[in-house]
Amino acid sequence: MSTIEQFRHETRAWLDANCPLSMRTAMAEGEVVWGASQPQFPSEDARLWFERMRDKRWFCPEWPEEYGGAGLSEEQLAVLESEMRRLKCRPPQINLGIWMLGPVLLAFGSEAQKRTLLPPMARGEVRWCQGFSEPNAGSDLASLKMAARDAGDHFVVDGSKIWTSYGDKSDWMYALVRTNPAAPKHEGISLIVLDMRSPGVKAVPIDLISGKSAFCQVFFDAVKVPKQQLIGPLNGGWSLAKYLLQHERKAMSKFGEISLPSHFHLLTLLREYLPRPQTPGEHALHARAVACAMNEHAYGLTVQRMTEEARSGDDVSGLMSIMKLVHTEQERDKFEVLLDAMGGHAFGWQSEAFSEQQQAITRAWLNSYALTISGGASEVQLNVIAKRVLGLPDAKKGVTP
Amino acid sequence: MNLRYSEEQRLLADSARDFLAARSPVAAQRRLRDEGSALGFDPQLWHAAVDLGWSAIPFPENYGGLDFGCMGLGPVFESLGRNLAATPLLSSVVLGGSLLHLAGNPQQQDRWLNALISGEKRLALALDEQSRHNPLGTAIEARAEGDGFRLQGDKYWVVDGLGADAYVLAARTSGHAGDVQGISLFLVPADTPGVHCSALPLIDSRNCARLHLDGVQLGCDALLGNLGDGWTALDAALDRGRACLSAELLGVAEHVFQTTLDYLKTRVQFDTPIGAFQALQHRAAQLYVDLALARSAVMAGLAALDDASLSVAERGRLVSLAKWKAGDTAIKVSNEAVQMHGGIGVTDELDIGLYLKRVRVAQACLGDRDFHCERYSALDQACA
Repeated sequence: MSTIEQFRHETRAWLDANCPLSMRTAMAEGEVVWGASQPQFPSEDARLWFERMRDKRWFCPEWPEEYGGAGLSEEQLAVLESEMRRLKCRPPQINLGIWMLGPVLLAFGSEAQKRTLLPPMARGEVRWCQGFSEPNAGSDLASLKMAARDAGDHFVVDGSKIWTSYGDKSDWMYALVRTNPAAPKHEGISLIVLDMRSPGVKAVPIDLISGKSAFCQVFFDAVKVPKQQLIGPLNGGWSLAKYLLQHERKAMSKFGEISLPSHFHLLTLLREYLPRPQTPGEHALHARAVACAMNEHAYGLTVQRMTEEARSGDDVSGLMSIMKLVHTEQERDKFEVLLDAMGGHAFGWQSEAFSEQQQAITRAWLNSYALTISGGASEVQLNVIAKRVLGLPDAKKGVTP
Repeated sequence: MNLRYSEEQRLLADSARDFLAARSPVAAQRRLRDEGSALGFDPQLWHAAVDLGWSAIPFPENYGGLDFGCMGLGPVFESLGRNLAATPLLSSVVLGGSLLHLAGNPQQQDRWLNALISGEKRLALALDEQSRHNPLGTAIEARAEGDGFRLQGDKYWVVDGLGADAYVLAARTSGHAGDVQGISLFLVPADTPGVHCSALPLIDSRNCARLHLDGVQLGCDALLGNLGDGWTALDAALDRGRACLSAELLGVAEHVFQTTLDYLKTRVQFDTPIGAFQALQHRAAQLYVDLALARSAVMAGLAALDDASLSVAERGRLVSLAKWKAGDTAIKVSNEAVQMHGGIGVTDELDIGLYLKRVRVAQACLGDRDFHCERYSALDQACA
């Protein structure tokens, strides 16, 4: 047996012996385990699964052993992931630190930073949040203003971050700050990490049109951040942020696989709410819904095609660039047509007069507005496709048609 | 089901591209139009394509075919689309040949299939009776009379009907328009008394015909397949044709998009290439998205027809998805192409107009967007 086959054999046996049966089922909303200083477990099995995977160092299997990983090769990692998929294992935890900041630290962190920050992250002991967007820096992220002023051995941070997911529940934040207000906007930005319990930090949850949300606005009032917590070069944060955002896409896709809080099958629902279209209006609505479902089907096939092409070594960067746009826009379209098909049943709000599914659809519809905005608004996605994929030119300054 | 062409299929694509670039550039198609060619295609081009093996692609080896399946036809039809090249590959081989292969008896196959593959003979399918494609709506009766049948009526939109050696004709031997049962297929030589073929010249300058059946008498030996049982073979052959048309439409759309993109980068107005304007950039990006989705759907439609593990409904659903998405995208792309080219876009001198016209005809052929949307919905229910 080859070494990799041996590894597959052992991995399969270990997972089979150690992954509790209840951890091999689809995860309901609210059952996600977040790695944190005080993790919450929905069940005893979830705790066991968390602890076993942690002790196996498989929260970040491909990291070097000295930083808390298991030192698996790319090939071994692929085997582990496929074996976990085969058994339908839930992820033992979700941790933005490992998925987003970890790769940046491994590539750009100092030796001291790697030794202090990575091992606790790898044990799932720290819950991380991301501090990028600001009230006046959304699509134009590089215009961010939160100041980190040099005060000798530390920075003094003043300003505010917004759309920070779970800002109120996180232990640490990685944040982009302005360290040189005089420089051109991309050249005065640095990446720092900070303890959310530092004096002067306040996280306030934001209610959305869909109700409670994980988003927070975080306020910083003269917060002291030791200079050892600057990641990479001073004023060199923008290129680190770009590197990190590349991993965001990967992390979002992993997150997408495991959290399917509201997957609504349009044609099934259509058969329920509009079983026999009769009037011309109903026929038109029906056709609109079917077209929407067909586009969704074509998107699913595109994901499949991209996976096959990537496996064959084709360049899939063009396809990759359309995924977020297509998926979020299609969700919006789907809810628009679903609302019309459901009529009044789509508008129920916190009432037993409406089924759980109906209310979930209402919330998911309202939430779908956030999805075409967050993580790069649709208009930004179209800019990216036009410039990077199609190679269309930039307009000269001052040109107006 | 694989949504990516294999190395073998890529080689086929390369060879089709080189062949058509040399033998059938758009200028050749324009020349056929200007000469008023009734045939709509160049017979010498067709014979050269036959020599390359195109007419053998979909058939099993024991019929003298190459057994490359629909995934083998895909790259060829994409190239035909890109070059706007006309051949009877769809009418005679994909539709006519599939019907012979699926429903013909050994004598009929012996007499016709080899001759189709060798390019010696041509078949055409006479199916539609109304303005829009609706195969189940077949209403023309084949009335039992003596030892055979008598047919009266008109068939429209017969692709490559002029000069065909024989027609596969769908007619009712029982039931009513809308019924699956009762549709029979007949193999009718073009010189049968009472068969009158006339041209229906369309915007795409190809070969389109009306078939007038004036008391046509057919013997029982003209039946292709069992009496009243033609639907299964007809539906399967139509799906092959639809998948191939989808590939052609995709080829057209990708080519027209590329041409337009080049224009956006080079056409200067207001001292800047017009492709620098965000209003146009976003529209171009949206078309790129549609093209990506259309390619996935077309690949799935072609692959589904080669996948014996899928049910008939699952195959049909994927083919309808392909035809719907490819047709819709090709319309959007060609409309935008004309608009983005501005004044030159509406001149006959620019090739874009020729593509636009072909898109409209190919999109309507064997079911337009609305037809396939409806069919997808019905088949989705059958798959659920």
